[in-house]
Amino acid sequence: MNDTVMPRALTPESFESDQEIRWCPGCGDYAIVKGVRKALAEIGTQPDQVVFVSGIGCASRFPYYMATYGFHTIHGRAPAIASGVKLANPALDVWVVGGDGDMLSIGGNHTMHAIRRNIDLNILLFNNEIYGLTKGQYSPTSRVGTRSPSTPMGSIDYPVNALLYALGAGAHFIARTVDTLQKHVPEVLKRAHAHKGASFVEIIQNCIVYNDGAFDHFTAKDVASERQLLLEHGKPLRFGKKLDKGLRFDPKAMRLEVVQVGEGGVPESELVVHDETNLSLASMLAALEPPTFPIALGVIYCNPAESYDHAFTGQLEAARAKAPKADINALLRKGHTWNIGTPR
Amino acid sequence: MSGSAAHQIDPAERPEIDSVVVRFAGDSGDGIQLTGSRFTETVAIAGNDLETFPDFPAEIRAPVGTTYGVSAFQINFGSRTIMTSGDAPDVLVALNPAALKTNVGDLKPGGLVIVDTGTFIDKNFEKAGYPANPLEDGSLSRFQVFPIDISKQTLEAVKDSGVSKRDGLRAKNFWTLGLIDWMYDRDLAPTIKWIEAKFTKEPEVGKANVSALKAGHAYGETAEMPAGVRGVTIRPAEHAPGLYRTITGADSLAYGLIAGAQLAGLDLFFASYPITPASAVLHTLAGLKGYNVATFQAEDEIAAAAAAIGASYAGALGITSSSGPGMALKTEAIGLAIGVELPLVVLDTQRAGPSTGMPTKTEQSDLYLAVYGRNADAPVVVLSARSPSDAFDTAIEAIRIATKFMTPVILLSDTYIASAAEPWLIPDFGTYRPFPVKFRTEPEGFHPFLRDKDTLARPWVKPGTPGMAHRVGGLEKNFNSGHISYDPINHQRMTDVRKAKIDGVAKDIPAQAVDQGDSKGKVAVVGWGSTYGPISRAVGNLRREGKAVSHIHLRHLWPLPRNLGELLKGFDQVIVPEMNTGQLITMLRNQYLVPAEGLNKVMGRPFTISEIEAAIRSKLG
Ligand SMILES: Cc1ncc(C[n+]2csc(CCOP(=O)(O)OP(=O)(O)O)c2C)c(N)n1
Ligand code: SF4
Ligand SMILES: [Mg+2]
Repeated sequence: MNDTVMPRALTPESFESDQEIRWCPGCGDYAIVKGVRKALAEIGTQPDQVVFVSGIGCASRFPYYMATYGFHTIHGRAPAIASGVKLANPALDVWVVGGDGDMLSIGGNHTMHAIRRNIDLNILLFNNEIYGLTKGQYSPTSRVGTRSPSTPMGSIDYPVNALLYALGAGAHFIARTVDTLQKHVPEVLKRAHAHKGASFVEIIQNCIVYNDGAFDHFTAKDVASERQLLLEHGKPLRFGKKLDKGLRFDPKAMRLEVVQVGEGGVPESELVVHDETNLSLASMLAALEPPTFPIALGVIYCNPAESYDHAFTGQLEAARAKAPKADINALLRKGHTWNIGTPR
Repeated sequence: MSGSAAHQIDPAERPEIDSVVVRFAGDSGDGIQLTGSRFTETVAIAGNDLETFPDFPAEIRAPVGTTYGVSAFQINFGSRTIMTSGDAPDVLVALNPAALKTNVGDLKPGGLVIVDTGTFIDKNFEKAGYPANPLEDGSLSRFQVFPIDISKQTLEAVKDSGVSKRDGLRAKNFWTLGLIDWMYDRDLAPTIKWIEAKFTKEPEVGKANVSALKAGHAYGETAEMPAGVRGVTIRPAEHAPGLYRTITGADSLAYGLIAGAQLAGLDLFFASYPITPASAVLHTLAGLKGYNVATFQAEDEIAAAAAAIGASYAGALGITSSSGPGMALKTEAIGLAIGVELPLVVLDTQRAGPSTGMPTKTEQSDLYLAVYGRNADAPVVVLSARSPSDAFDTAIEAIRIATKFMTPVILLSDTYIASAAEPWLIPDFGTYRPFPVKFRTEPEGFHPFLRDKDTLARPWVKPGTPGMAHRVGGLEKNFNSGHISYDPINHQRMTDVRKAKIDGVAKDIPAQAVDQGDSKGKVAVVGWGSTYGPISRAVGNLRREGKAVSHIHLRHLWPLPRNLGELLKGFDQVIVPEMNTGQLITMLRNQYLVPAEGLNKVMGRPFTISEIEAAIRSKLG
């Protein structure tokens, strides 16, 4: 009996549930679940202190595959449900998982408000730029012209950039990673977990059935290093196979530009140095899009502020200190009362 | 105890009456609701029974002087038991022409109208839509009109208190209150005390209000009254002995929820999105965080329901509260709570009409929504409060059932109950039986949909409990393991067990009692919710005439009490008054095949006693 109570040394397997995974073979979600388990093992929180809350979609099946507490809820509402979980029990380690449709279409409002309030949730958006579960309709992150069962002539609406949306909502932590980056995913997730307040992570995910190859232009082996900018706080923005490219700030145009670094190019000292606390830089990095620019990966913005749950608990404690007994009889008798015919 | 101790008046000068209905009406900027609530307290202190009905416009600052900017407050008080806020006012105080126009039609023939002639000027006639001065065209001849230039009198009274003319005129409501206090022989002291406490930061304003109040009272004592206008005496009502306070339904619900959570041994998590008339509960609870209450103003009603469900999942008692349109939004989330079988209390303060309808007006038209209004077979428990004070116990009952059966419970209140006030014999909380929740902590043999043999409730596990990690969700679950299942036979079984669990609540609630009258007879009047007052009085009146009428009033609307069918079959006729087009009646016919007949009214206002009385009479032949 004791072994259920004694903290165990954790491995990724400690987070593996007994449920058979039902994603399509080759789906990017497999790699993500592996990365999450690895991150959690390294973080070291016991599985029974962890809660995964999800909405509806392929991505949202996630909690069933984790040996933690899990709540598979309704489409789009996971951030709101998770907010209730965290506020009712702030000691829990609460993670939210959903797809691009779930968190940016039907649940866009809740995503915005969970981020805006800065509730200490780790929000993971699996972005496959498609509605997987409902068989491949275009999503709010699909690029213009996406052909899908509901847009046979190509989609005509402009997509939302998940990270810019989060920044606009007042995010204090945004990061991006890619399903296949097996080392990068756990590192980003550990950072998200360490950040107190809402952490918003976009995980680029390949849907092999309905949107296969949507991200090949920056994830394919042959182009990855040329099209991926791996961010590190305090380090200059360099990328390319030989790290021979970099990003420089063009003050006249007020934007980043790609420059050649080193021989025949500019000295490293001219490059922008990554500063996770710089909101303007974060907006520029979040907006970068291949092929003109590399895609920014890693922690783009991390600038902590008091979390909602912390302030919330603070108010409750202050109020409770004033009414330590929570005496209902006293409550009912507060204000004006009068006696009728009571014996003296 | 009675306010008359202050000035010894020969009772011969003050004829005694047993009850009276007074309505204050004026512009929404005139402080009518304040006047009403102050007068309510004075009346309560004097030991009368009472019931109030605040009726205010939906617009916050409607243009001054218009009919849609009129705010009114009605109080029925007396030496006998008061069941409603009164059918028709005996006295109407109209502080401007618009208030007269919108309210005088309700006044009893021969009733008294007190008007502030200071506002009876051409500009205001026009705004109110009067072609000419109604005081002069004979249109009020059915009534007794008492014109006073209250504006002028007020300015005169406050001239030494150092306030501007504008602020001085604002004291008009207190002048009026002073006059009415005189009329019913009420003590000014509690109001003066209240004003002084309220205006400590603006002592001149406080002083002006006190001067106006006293001046209004003095006017009654000294001025020559028109024939027939005189002070009256209303003796204290015969209340059961004990300690009393006044209570509104909204506060009563808030206190009941806190009390219920404490009896369950749980923290209360209340999530809501502002909506008239439900917000009052949120406001009260937000000020009571010391009582293990957390309040969360969510981004919409969906999020409010969702956050409450999240809190219940985490081991607190999740409560969400709204009104009609917001209830519609919560539907899918309630379905989730049904599917994952978590306790949840959903408060619906019903208001009038589909869509936005009439946000500040009362109705009982969400019964279908509560009982049937979800996708798929999704049964929940539905309760209703019958009066402000009853809301306290109903809230506790909602929490008891929600936690015992691991189910959402919808509690129906309405605009009338939420905003009406009545005296309340404050219960001793020590006499309430606790129903502490037992969270499951034992991993041996556990799965999340293992059921209690008696209640069919599943175990409640707090996340964070060692060794108990598990997953739940809205997908169908295997009866034997709680894992996802698409098995056809399993779905039948799970649907059946969810229904059986809710049906089984009927075994756990009291058998339906008859509120008044015999359990067999000619006519039974069956009601639910805020129709309690008028039905009760109407049935009482007829019974005093010897008529074989009974009153049955339901708190438990789903499941219905187990003896209700039998009970109804004992009557030749069943009448169901409802402030909707016939919702409970459909349920009763459906469940018991009784030939019930409806009495339906959707005018944004409660039934009058006489409407119900007349309907019963017509059935009695
Ligand atoms: C209220 C509601 N509307 C629609 C659906 C159908 N639905 C389920 S998942 C989904 C979209 C899934 O897309 P996404 O969130 O991107 O997740 P993915 O499957 O791609 O991981 C939709 C529209 C639903 N379950 N509930
Ligand atoms: S449909 Fe796409 S996203 Fe869904 S499981 Fe299959 S591959 Fe993955
Ligand atoms: Mg998707």
